[in-house]
Amino acid sequence: MTDAAPTKPDRSAHLKKRYAAEFRFKLYGRIAIVIALAFLTLLMGRIVLQGYSTFTTHTVSLPVYLDPQKIDATALEGANYDYLVALSLLKKLGETEDEYGTNSGEAMDLVSRDLGFQILNRLKADPSLIGKTVTITGPMKADADLYYKGELKRATDEADRKLNNRQLDWLDTLQKDGSVKGGFNVAFFQNADSTEPEQAGILGAVIGSAMMLLITALIAVPMGVLAAVWLEEFAPKNRWTDLIEVNINNLAAVPSIVYGLLGLAVVINWLGAPRGAPITGGIVLALMSLPTIIIATRSALKAVPPSIREAALGVGASRTQTVFHHVLPQAMPGVMTGTILSLAHALGETAPLLMIGMIAFNPGIPEGFTSSASVLPVQVFIWENASERAFHERTAAAIIVLLAFMIAMNAAAVILRRRFERRW
Amino acid sequence: MTVQPPLIRTAAPHSLTPAQLDPTKIMVRDVNVFYGDKQALDAVSIDIPGKAVTAFIGPSGCGKSTFLRCINRMNDTIPGARVEGKIEIDGDDVNAKSVDPVILRAKVGMVFQKPNPFPKTIFENVAYGPRIHGLSSSKEELEGIVEASLKKAGLWNEVSDRLHQPGTGLSGGQQQRLVIARAIAVEPEVILMDEPCSALDPIATAKIEELIDDLRQQYCIVIVTHSMAQAARVSQRTAFFHLGKLVEVGSTEEIFTNPRETRTQDYITGRFG
Repeated sequence: MTDAAPTKPDRSAHLKKRYAAEFRFKLYGRIAIVIALAFLTLLMGRIVLQGYSTFTTHTVSLPVYLDPQKIDATALEGANYDYLVALSLLKKLGETEDEYGTNSGEAMDLVSRDLGFQILNRLKADPSLIGKTVTITGPMKADADLYYKGELKRATDEADRKLNNRQLDWLDTLQKDGSVKGGFNVAFFQNADSTEPEQAGILGAVIGSAMMLLITALIAVPMGVLAAVWLEEFAPKNRWTDLIEVNINNLAAVPSIVYGLLGLAVVINWLGAPRGAPITGGIVLALMSLPTIIIATRSALKAVPPSIREAALGVGASRTQTVFHHVLPQAMPGVMTGTILSLAHALGETAPLLMIGMIAFNPGIPEGFTSSASVLPVQVFIWENASERAFHERTAAAIIVLLAFMIAMNAAAVILRRRFERRW
Repeated sequence: MTVQPPLIRTAAPHSLTPAQLDPTKIMVRDVNVFYGDKQALDAVSIDIPGKAVTAFIGPSGCGKSTFLRCINRMNDTIPGARVEGKIEIDGDDVNAKSVDPVILRAKVGMVFQKPNPFPKTIFENVAYGPRIHGLSSSKEELEGIVEASLKKAGLWNEVSDRLHQPGTGLSGGQQQRLVIARAIAVEPEVILMDEPCSALDPIATAKIEELIDDLRQQYCIVIVTHSMAQAARVSQRTAFFHLGKLVEVGSTEEIFTNPRETRTQDYITGRFG
């Protein structure tokens, strides 16, 4: 051993470098998570801050004298009930009545027209109320509500706000004498869209979305799952099936507005489906969700170990039995996850629905699958474009409802998945 | 003929000579198998006796598993696989158009290398086969079949109190016996075993080997194994495959003590493989 021993590489230095690299990568990961969380918090925070005030509102109770001189019992629809409400308000405030002048006009700006409708409905039910005084409770106008919530400030220059100083004084008086009460905004969850912000609600859009999603699920889930099962388990591997596979993958990447055009051209113009109805939207979104569901189902089927197939075939199960008794149940959690994700995506889809006329103003709750309906994301879009300020807080509230809907769907997916996984 | 010491010591001398074996159950003539362009089996001809254990040995990739999967037409499921030649069980061609592979596979059960119980309960694992083949008319009858099958597979005493727990919760050796019970439950005549012990520890292996020895009283068993000691211990007949060809087949004792072919001798003495 005359040769000099080869110099050993310095292992500890190398080790240090390795640990440093490891530490750096962990750090990058953490930074990425923090940034992502920060954006999420910012987004959610802004929506919640802007929208939470919608969930409370102010209502007013007024004794209204149903003046027989102003109401014709034979033509109830013809009377101006808003004016009667305004008169009652002026009386309460100790102001004088000026026939259709500034006072009653300014008073009418404070109280929702809902009170007038309530009087009409009560009179229709019981015409003997004419000549009596009835107490009516209803929402304040959105601007008055905003003042009570502190969003319309007295400090703002009078010319720049919708209510003048006298109206604000009136509102203060009403609050002091207890005619106005704050509370949960029931109307928002009971009504459909309205031109009056204080009467606009989300229920119509929620029901519209639910109906549309039901149609989507009924069409896309069985079709998608069966298509995937055939392609994955039964189809021969040849050029045609390769072509189909490539096309499905491409369809998944097609912009959603293209499906809207397709819906307009095929579903509405050719098949004659009604414009803006849940069935039409459901069909279009089903077409849009199909590729995603097929891809997710195929990968879930691929993940089932081949030993399960061999086991079933080995005891003499047919291929169909193998698939439906063993492979598909095993793949079910994956199928559920893919399906729910794609349906949640469909729930939030707006662009194709605009193309098929779902942007129409719908003051009623949809009556059926073929009647015109609003859906949540489009409702958000409509309200965001409205000029009145009160609609902007309703936009944020509608987003909160939309997100809650999605969270509920995802929770359902998790629960279903757990159930399928536990099934022995 | 000079008496040679055995190249591998068999556990007990086999008393059965070919003349004492059951008549031929599976007759194979000139079977070729292709995977696409690649030929995996080349003109294999062999007679496999009933109610005995026949072992297939040979180096990896020699085609023994491929051949095993021809017998119950499991190769049908592999895209691009093509089988030529004649395989007859009791005189009936398994590849005939009139033969439904589903019925064939009920008659020819299979046990795989890795235990593959269904992710269901122990009971459901065994009951599945009888149920899809309509072998029982009542719940009691089905329970009877499950119990009998588990007893035959030597698993009943270990699982009788937890029939409704997942089969995947058993140990590897127990799972393999459960799989055997599942195969037995559909009343097969032939049981094919593709390296059934390669994923098991020696104690579990010993149990399976004992079980195989019991089962040969009733079934025609064909086993593929990498362990020559195992072939020597459990089988009465041994076939040696090499490069897609059947090199030699004979009584196990003969193959391990006095092989006719040098390739066989080289393989079992460990000179290649």
